[in-house]
Amino acid sequence: MTSEQPAIQITDLTVAYRDKPVLWDIDLTVPGGVLMGIIGPNGAGKTTLIKTILGLVRPAAGQVLIYGKPYAEQRRLVAYVPQRSSVDWDFPASVLDVVMMGRYGALGWFRRPGKRERELALEALARVGMREFAHRQISQLSGGQQQRVFLARALVQDAQVYFMDEPFQGVDATTERAIVGLLQDLRAAGKTVVVVHHDLQTVTEYFDWVALLNVRLVASGPVAEAFTEAALRATYGGRIAFLEGRLPDAGAGERRTGVVVSS
Amino acid sequence: MRKEARERIAHTRKLAIEYMNPLTEIILIAVVTAIACALPGVFLVLRRMAMVSDAITHTVLLGIVLAFFVVRDITSPVLAIAAAAAGVATVALIELLHRTERIREDAAIGLVFPFLFSIAVILIARYAGNVHLDVDAVLLGELAFAPLDRYTLGDVDLGPRALWLMSGILLMSLLLLLLFYKELKLATFDAALAAALGFAPAALHYGLMSVVSLTAVGAFNAVGSVLVVALMVAPPAAAYLLTDRLSHMLVLSAAFGALAAILGCLAAFALDASLAGAMAVVTGLIFGAAWVFAPERGLLAQALRYARQRQEFAQAMLLVHLLHHEATPQEAVECDPSHLNEHLRWDAAFTAQILRRAEQRGLLVRQKDLITLTESGRRLAAQTLGGEG
Repeated sequence: MTSEQPAIQITDLTVAYRDKPVLWDIDLTVPGGVLMGIIGPNGAGKTTLIKTILGLVRPAAGQVLIYGKPYAEQRRLVAYVPQRSSVDWDFPASVLDVVMMGRYGALGWFRRPGKRERELALEALARVGMREFAHRQISQLSGGQQQRVFLARALVQDAQVYFMDEPFQGVDATTERAIVGLLQDLRAAGKTVVVVHHDLQTVTEYFDWVALLNVRLVASGPVAEAFTEAALRATYGGRIAFLEGRLPDAGAGERRTGVVVSS
Repeated sequence: MRKEARERIAHTRKLAIEYMNPLTEIILIAVVTAIACALPGVFLVLRRMAMVSDAITHTVLLGIVLAFFVVRDITSPVLAIAAAAAGVATVALIELLHRTERIREDAAIGLVFPFLFSIAVILIARYAGNVHLDVDAVLLGELAFAPLDRYTLGDVDLGPRALWLMSGILLMSLLLLLLFYKELKLATFDAALAAALGFAPAALHYGLMSVVSLTAVGAFNAVGSVLVVALMVAPPAAAYLLTDRLSHMLVLSAAFGALAAILGCLAAFALDASLAGAMAVVTGLIFGAAWVFAPERGLLAQALRYARQRQEFAQAMLLVHLLHHEATPQEAVECDPSHLNEHLRWDAAFTAQILRRAEQRGLLVRQKDLITLTESGRRLAAQTLGGEG
């Protein structure tokens, strides 16, 4: 399943805002073809990690390689879904317009999207169940629909590695299940999917790979190995309580957890 | 004979230039200026930077003054370049202040531009008092005199300088817009994705600010900095209320700008009032009209929608009320048309109106002292209740 070259290789990565470290000396290797959740409390640097990988935040030290090369040389291999709240949904554009933006990278400077881009966008909209919303103004969408549009925009990028920042934030249960289904389809097609996630209950169900982050990388690896009670305690400190049930030990079959994070 | 005719034609043409053209020329300059301002204005409004246009239109003066001290020529193109640089510097300074997180963006704008503008005002008053750099002219412009300042090639009159200048700026804007439409659209909607895809949103941002600055310089010669702000903000803001496509918003903004220019000039001629003032008033009126009458986002449409929703909901409440008390001992009291308003705590006229509408739609039947639901009324009431669960 994992190709020889890791999809993402992060070495000695430190990111700081002035003298306040947001990410401390991260070493993380993600093999190709996994569906990985980045888990950690608020302020753990989850979003910053993704933004640094994508070159949106400049690291203080260290480097990131996507399939062995810096991101700037691998842009076409990477798709990005920012947090839904990061854009102004009153922008004058239709759903189709927004999804076609996913093709802009492949088009490059100056070239305009045409019939082909339109068809690809409509196809992607069909995959997320939003085909009939293509000509809808984006301000008329619900939160879940907005998230699906963003997902469709990432799908048309036709990438190898997908980064998604909190795709389940404020969406209904139906949409969440639909999105998870799509992410698992992507993994099945050999893509690597990295998702910032903060619902501990669903980690074992959704992901096969996990990175536990709280400024430092606490643990990473297959969910069965890395998503342990000890690692969670180390990630969340005293703010975590384990309810009935236990976390999966390595290799355990039944993975029902009862974890709550008190804030 | 023929020479005489030719002379007569030449004389008429001369008259036309002297007496007819100034008015048409003024309108033409105003229209071109308005369109040139409206196009970058669309992106300012969408980026929530409308107030930045106010700052830029003032601080470009500092660039002009400083460049003038170097080149000592008020018509030199260096002045325009310096002005654009001053505009970009203004935006950079505002963002620098804002980024220190010691001050909010609106306050940063309020600090930067009066500071830079007042330096320019002092420099003019102290060192350039005898030059044609007049603070009043900067603020309000002198559109009426624009036709007097003309380009000539030998004996041939090429038209007013302001018209050439603004047409050049408009062409440049159009060209850049055509080239970078896709990139500007993405960078304005989602700067993070634009950066991730390699489209350099920061460069696009400062490119846009340069265009705004150049437009401001060109325009305030003709119409003054106060009107430049009106032309950059009001037409796009009005267009924003009327459309949900960026391309339509650009076209509509340009059209509104042109309309404001034409109507403003005609009003000013008729009333013998300030051209710049009249145009600014018309941009405000156009925005006001869009604000009230826009088919979906206007106040009127919204009020109608609320009224309709209120009636629909009142009707649903009425049907549910009737369903609730149907075939119960209280039916005779609760469903008596003359006491219904007391039970529902509605005023009598509103109750009568809702009853009448529901009856017209065949949802209920009114008898002398009892209202009964029809089959479709019963179904709708049940649906309303079901829909809530």
